[in-house]
Amino acid sequence: MSKLTFARAINAGLRKSLESDPKIILMGEDIGALGGVFRVTDGLQKDFGKHRVVDTPLAESAIIGTAVGLAYRGYRPVCEIQFDGFIYPAFDQIVSQVAKMHYRTQGRVKMPITIRVPFGGGIGSPEHHSESPEAYFTHTSGLRVISVSNPQDAYTMIQQAIASDDPVLYFEPKRRYHDKGDVDETADLSTALSMEKARVVSSGSDVTLVTYGPLVKTASDAAMAASDEGISVEVIDLRSLAPIDFPAVEASVRKTGRLVITHEAAQSGGLGAEIAASITERCFNYLESAPVRITGFDIPYPYSKLEMHHLPDLDRILDGVDRALGRGNSLSGLEG
Amino acid sequence: MRSTVLTDEAGQDANKAPNPGISAENPRRTGGNLVQLISPKGERISHPEFDLWVSDVTDEQLCSLYEDMTVIRRIDAEATALQRQGELALWPPLLGQEASQIGSGRALRDDDFVFPSYRDNGVAYCRGVEPTDMVRAWRGNASFGWDPYRYNIATQQIMIGSQTLHATGYAMGIQDDGADSVAVAFFGDGATSEGDVNEAMVFAASFQAPVVFICQNNHWAISEPVRIQSHIQIADRASGFGIPSMRVDGNDVLAVLAVTRIALDRARKGGGPTFIEAVTYRMGPHTTADDPTRYRDANELEDWAAKDPIARLKALLRTKGLLTDEVEAKTKAKADEVAGNLRAGVINMPDPAPLDLFNHVYSTPNSWIERQKDHYSRYLESFSGSTQEGAL
Repeated sequence: MSKLTFARAINAGLRKSLESDPKIILMGEDIGALGGVFRVTDGLQKDFGKHRVVDTPLAESAIIGTAVGLAYRGYRPVCEIQFDGFIYPAFDQIVSQVAKMHYRTQGRVKMPITIRVPFGGGIGSPEHHSESPEAYFTHTSGLRVISVSNPQDAYTMIQQAIASDDPVLYFEPKRRYHDKGDVDETADLSTALSMEKARVVSSGSDVTLVTYGPLVKTASDAAMAASDEGISVEVIDLRSLAPIDFPAVEASVRKTGRLVITHEAAQSGGLGAEIAASITERCFNYLESAPVRITGFDIPYPYSKLEMHHLPDLDRILDGVDRALGRGNSLSGLEG
Repeated sequence: MRSTVLTDEAGQDANKAPNPGISAENPRRTGGNLVQLISPKGERISHPEFDLWVSDVTDEQLCSLYEDMTVIRRIDAEATALQRQGELALWPPLLGQEASQIGSGRALRDDDFVFPSYRDNGVAYCRGVEPTDMVRAWRGNASFGWDPYRYNIATQQIMIGSQTLHATGYAMGIQDDGADSVAVAFFGDGATSEGDVNEAMVFAASFQAPVVFICQNNHWAISEPVRIQSHIQIADRASGFGIPSMRVDGNDVLAVLAVTRIALDRARKGGGPTFIEAVTYRMGPHTTADDPTRYRDANELEDWAAKDPIARLKALLRTKGLLTDEVEAKTKAKADEVAGNLRAGVINMPDPAPLDLFNHVYSTPNSWIERQKDHYSRYLESFSGSTQEGAL
């Protein structure tokens, strides 16, 4: 067991993958000598060479489009999109090509492409550097979408993503890059928890609190604070956003009868809506109250002086927990 | 595969021939003029630099190029008829572009890999694809008709220009593998306005990838004429990327063969990408749903009819005494047979089963898809015994 930052844990996972299969190559902007703008690929080009860790020209559609060609040729490209907000030029290649090639060719052509996306806010960045675009991709059939919340998962799940024969979008919470955690680098991929499975971070009996990525830590802190008031919150880290492990969420809600979902992404049409709807369909009779969403607002990502108002924090999450429990909260007395 | 006898390594002369001095430094060796080896009237025009690259082509092979062009035109006509008769939902005719596609397609080696657009059925034919598989998607029986790895030709791309990036990436893979095969992207003049095509040229040049870009300038992007798409000759754009280019008469099968061989040879020898503009004309509509009389002049069509790719080779073969009535009859019989097989293949194509909907979305089982498949299957079963029997 070693103590690694989130960023080093991804780096270690990438290294392990690169060692395991010569067909795995990394590609992206500034990932070579610089080691990426967040240093996640630090040292990899030096050790594996310029043909395995490829600095590309600055063109996101081309990074993904050439990855499609490389996958056609039998390679397993791991692409880095430098920031969440820069993924849109590649949207067409991801949605129209990467996602659909397997279906289009009736399974003859596989697209084992991993797309790493640093995402989310909280680091005081200018526009385009703090977005949460995951719902665009969870809405696209053919893609697997995962998000990691701690160094161990970051290490294990990047390897699982790369090993997957399906394309995977791997959302890494950039504001957690410097958080440290224990990482078992001897962990066996074949026995590790499947990347499709959610994990109960802390068990509880009063409310189910569902989240992923950067807010898992915030949600855990909120659960701890709630316990001081005698409220028992079960925190679920989804890990996989497409498909979502609904049986895990359902099992929890059947126990607690209450559901709060929190994510940084905007509310309308977001993952919270999908979770609320699906859980309501699956176990309506077990719900004691309406599902509650605590999310970013339906606004463009704001300028950084105001971002902490936009991002769900511990108190907003607790306010949502109170709402689910029918306790006094900021919306008490407001209908609908 | 259809044939390998016309690859760039086929003739001794071609092997010895100097690669015409087209390079990144001197990208427009053709001087913006069309490379032409057969005039529209069917006269063989001498062009020493390029003649070398086709000097090995035998009379028999010249006849086989004529046969291929005739057959693909017949396939195209049959598919158009099948659409008119309601057997296909749509068809994108290639009428007029036979030389561009056969001349380049026949130059390829089996281990080269093609990334075509939806109109490139002539290239697919050269790769050995069954005509019935060319129409599978247009009948709605599959998203796409053939196994790309069986013929080394990818799915026909519908998103304009996307495949140029795929070809470039594939070429980067060839490079990493240390192989000497080549990735070839086919696209049209309209595609050159897309960002992806421009990004593909940036990447191809940066990595000196063994990729050949073959742009069939057929003058029309649906209703948008090429003169609005590009204020310079399309081939001239390549020099801005540091990519050598050639502009060839796309209705001259021999000239197309020559320039494609030159480009392939350069790529195999580590010389990087080449851009070919094959100047041709879309004689028909964009697709069977299009009506070109709304946007283009009938005179233009007449002008291009006089430059027909098959007619000119036919005239040359007649002059050389190669195209006897017997050969002509044999060629026609073959074309008719292929068309007949296509028709039978279409009519007898079994419909897909409803639950095929859910197959191959992912390579491994997916809980969302499995659940929806299960629910829809139950829904369909709920009709069993009713008037909608056999829904499964």
